[in-house]
Amino acid sequence: MAIISRGFRSRRPPVDPSRVPPGQYVTNDFPVLSAGPTPHTPLADWSFTIRDAVDVQRSWTWDEFALLQREDIIVDIHCVTKWSKLDTAWYGVAIDTLLTGIDTTSARYVTAFSDGGYTTNIPLADLTNGKAWIAMGYGGEPLHPEHGGPARLLVPHLYFWKSAKWVRGLELRDHDVPGFWEENGYHDYGDPWREQRYQGD
Amino acid sequence: MAGAALPGRLIWRAARVVGIINETPRVRTIMLDCPGWPGHLAGQHVDVRLTADDGYQAQRSYSIASAPGDDTLALTVERIDDGEVSPYFVGELHMGDEFEIRGPIGGYFVWSKMRGGPLLLIAGGSGIVPLRCIMRQHAAVLSDAPIRLLYSVRAQSEIIYRHELDQFASTGAEVVFTLTREWPDDWTGYRRRIDADLLREVAWPSDTRPLAYVCGPTAFVERAANGLVSLGYEPDRIKTERFGPTSDATSRTE
Repeated sequence: MAIISRGFRSRRPPVDPSRVPPGQYVTNDFPVLSAGPTPHTPLADWSFTIRDAVDVQRSWTWDEFALLQREDIIVDIHCVTKWSKLDTAWYGVAIDTLLTGIDTTSARYVTAFSDGGYTTNIPLADLTNGKAWIAMGYGGEPLHPEHGGPARLLVPHLYFWKSAKWVRGLELRDHDVPGFWEENGYHDYGDPWREQRYQGD
Repeated sequence: MAGAALPGRLIWRAARVVGIINETPRVRTIMLDCPGWPGHLAGQHVDVRLTADDGYQAQRSYSIASAPGDDTLALTVERIDDGEVSPYFVGELHMGDEFEIRGPIGGYFVWSKMRGGPLLLIAGGSGIVPLRCIMRQHAAVLSDAPIRLLYSVRAQSEIIYRHELDQFASTGAEVVFTLTREWPDDWTGYRRRIDADLLREVAWPSDTRPLAYVCGPTAFVERAANGLVSLGYEPDRIKTERFGPTSDATSRTE
């Protein structure tokens, strides 16, 4: 039984509960959340790598990556700090496209790794079959560094810390290894519809 | 490790208002009695949940203003005019009112004595809140790490915790103010926005391997953190918390 806060009332228009997960509010802005300085890696030095514990499976330079098939993506996103943003428009490359031709039979989890040392862990099944992308554009323009440019992971069905900014690659794993926020008190999986914000939720 | 402060599940707890301090016309500190509160580390935050009498609920995150050893848990909240929770906290909340909190949350933007220094704290506006908690903790544990605060606000009247910061300055901490919009004629502090030039004058030299904590609005944090990197600070020793213009949180965001 929740405690009633005397005199508190809603100041916002009602939201569609089928689109806004519990505990979230809708914002039109795009707040920025990161634990450290924004990296500024020159595109000439940028690469994207898919590797496993043993080998690099595949690597692309920026110019090569830019030639991959792009998709337009319109999705709702949900940040663990309580804001949700509806109908965000991105373009990028599907993870399915990147994994084409790579043997993933022994992989069950993925660690996404980024410039600046950030990592996050996601089950492989949550990245495939059209559920995740490497986004290079937002709102029709190249992705701004503050929002993770030149490229970030986009996994809209999980809390947005899983959508690693400044992503540089994916490591395929046979077991789950907690990433940066997952080591710092946040939930290992992060489903906004089950409000899996913190450890134990 | 900081993660050890988060054992098991974080539950919602009742919190009752036992003290209110109006820090500035837009900023209020709320002292709370929260039975069962497990304690926190300097720099962590809490989630709050308000419930209206029609069942409507809203959640937000706020930085903890009190130090781990203080008698009373305290939050400091800045009113965001088009916000939902902060106008209630700053405008309507009375002594004895109740809401729910859970936490502490966040194992990264934290400081404890073993992390040492030299400490460089950079605050923009209400971004001072978790840094004040760190300053209190630094004093409480008698840390010998040098500590320096650079605090940017628009006008003198918007300085939060002025009296306490002056006390810190008289007991070993260095406190540097910069006013960005208006200042009195006799103002002797800086009168400009934080940028690489100002940081070059105020920040510890990078070869002392400082540990920096930066908290404030997004653009402010970007400028300050980029400035520190350009001075040779190690990126993984610059911890940031940012809040966007529509974020209702006083701080917090990571």
